[in-house]
Amino acid sequence: MTQSGLKVIKPGVLTLVQDLGRFAYQHIGLSPGGAADEHAFLWANRLLSNRPNSPALEICFGGLQLEAFAKTNIAITGAEMNATLNERPIKNWQTHTLNVGDKLKFAHATSGIRSYLAIQDGFQLQPSFGSVATVMREKMGGLDGDGSPLKAGDFLPCTEHKPKLTTHVPPLFIPDYQQPLILSVIPSEQTDQVDAAELEKLYHWTYRISPQSDRMGIRLEGEPIRPKLNGIISEGIAYGTIQLPPDGQPIILLKDRQTMGGYPKLGTLFVLDAFLLSQQQAHTEVRFTQMSLEEAQEKLRYFYRFFGA
Amino acid sequence: MKPQWQIEHAGPDAVLIRFGEQINTDLVPVIRAATKRLQKELQEEIRGLVPSYTTLMLCYDPRKNDFPAIQDKIQQQLAKLDVSQSEMGKLIEIPVWYDPAVGPDLQHVADFHQISIDDVIRRHSDTIYHIFAIGFAPGFAYMGNVSNQLATPRLQTPRPHVAAGSVAIADQQTAVYPVSTPGGWNILGRTTMKMFDRQNPKLCPVRPGDRVKFVPVSKDEFLLAGGQLE
Repeated sequence: MTQSGLKVIKPGVLTLVQDLGRFAYQHIGLSPGGAADEHAFLWANRLLSNRPNSPALEICFGGLQLEAFAKTNIAITGAEMNATLNERPIKNWQTHTLNVGDKLKFAHATSGIRSYLAIQDGFQLQPSFGSVATVMREKMGGLDGDGSPLKAGDFLPCTEHKPKLTTHVPPLFIPDYQQPLILSVIPSEQTDQVDAAELEKLYHWTYRISPQSDRMGIRLEGEPIRPKLNGIISEGIAYGTIQLPPDGQPIILLKDRQTMGGYPKLGTLFVLDAFLLSQQQAHTEVRFTQMSLEEAQEKLRYFYRFFGA
Repeated sequence: MKPQWQIEHAGPDAVLIRFGEQINTDLVPVIRAATKRLQKELQEEIRGLVPSYTTLMLCYDPRKNDFPAIQDKIQQQLAKLDVSQSEMGKLIEIPVWYDPAVGPDLQHVADFHQISIDDVIRRHSDTIYHIFAIGFAPGFAYMGNVSNQLATPRLQTPRPHVAAGSVAIADQQTAVYPVSTPGGWNILGRTTMKMFDRQNPKLCPVRPGDRVKFVPVSKDEFLLAGGQLE
């Protein structure tokens, strides 16, 4: 009997195994990593009634081609990549049934940049230090535990399942990644690092996403915000932290962030907005507004309770 | 010292506990004790801890606690904090072959202070250093304080490639490069100790708050322990 799973025919531009991240090793410098857009990742697992943290694929920019060596069910969410199953178009944000020999192809992203492919029960992979999250820079996680992205010939083991009734995400919950983005910021309590008049620029001007952005962080380009200090004593940095290097161009730290940083901080991007930001292409314009900590926590509680994550 | 702290939010799922405003070795045992206590007592509430020079970042699950609730729980635990001698951390000896062959900046540091290379080696290996934090890269431990008689600024231009195991200084800090990376610190020698080792279940032989002594070894000892010349 051969093993059940999906075989990678073409890995596409960049396809990574992800879960919700590796948290317990931050004190020795390991990045938490994890799905860049948890909203789409969690929906993919939810559609299949998987545990929220089940390993899934994050397909960046598209081009992935797979062949099924199993009968099972999958869900695709996130960026629109005009996926096909045996050359027939299939819908995003819903489940599909796979049979042995099926060919699943993703074209190039037309809205958003990251798609998620979850499989019933999750891909059966050995976690590295508590998580399968792929952090390429640290050579950590992924299929073989060495932080590599998927390559042609890789085999992703899964379990077999009978066809299940199609489930889909209600249209109300499907984000339009092409809508103009107004991102909410929870301002930092450290008010001595940037003058109020300089800080005001963040909320007044439009910023563009620099092409030098990746899973570690989004670099912005626009009206420089001059910090009062060139650096601070290095301290832990949380998801969404907005750092201000001496050139005044803010950097928003995302999933593959380093654990510590020594630049002044403007505040923290609201988590759900950071997920949306992770779906944006380079050169996209964004604006900022403020959100209170209380409101952010209430919305986040609602979000994670909904997904049971 | 009597520990003092402030708790500030670092977004909706993390707080920074600030124990001081200046780098000070007196804070090392305090932050170590706080990390240990919170790890043990609030295990169910927290998702990660990042101790650093003056702060401890604590990541939490916003479903279980809002900011006032986690603040209360941290306050209650820290009020019972006992920073005793047992919190000083382990003393770890790191063997170093100090030689221009693997320490290309020995001469530069000697010239900077107008001392001999032997004096550089003595001054670097004389001191017991505290590990303030581990970050930048997995297993990269920031240690201090390097004495003023040895402290040397970073290189004008970082090297594109620093060998794994390189022992280096930058101003009042010293560290071992766990993996080969670009780097701008002054390299004095090389160790065979693996600062980041996947075969080690703890991954890293040291923890923030531990103390380190560098012990000079000969080329033969270095090679015998598996040391690589390149």
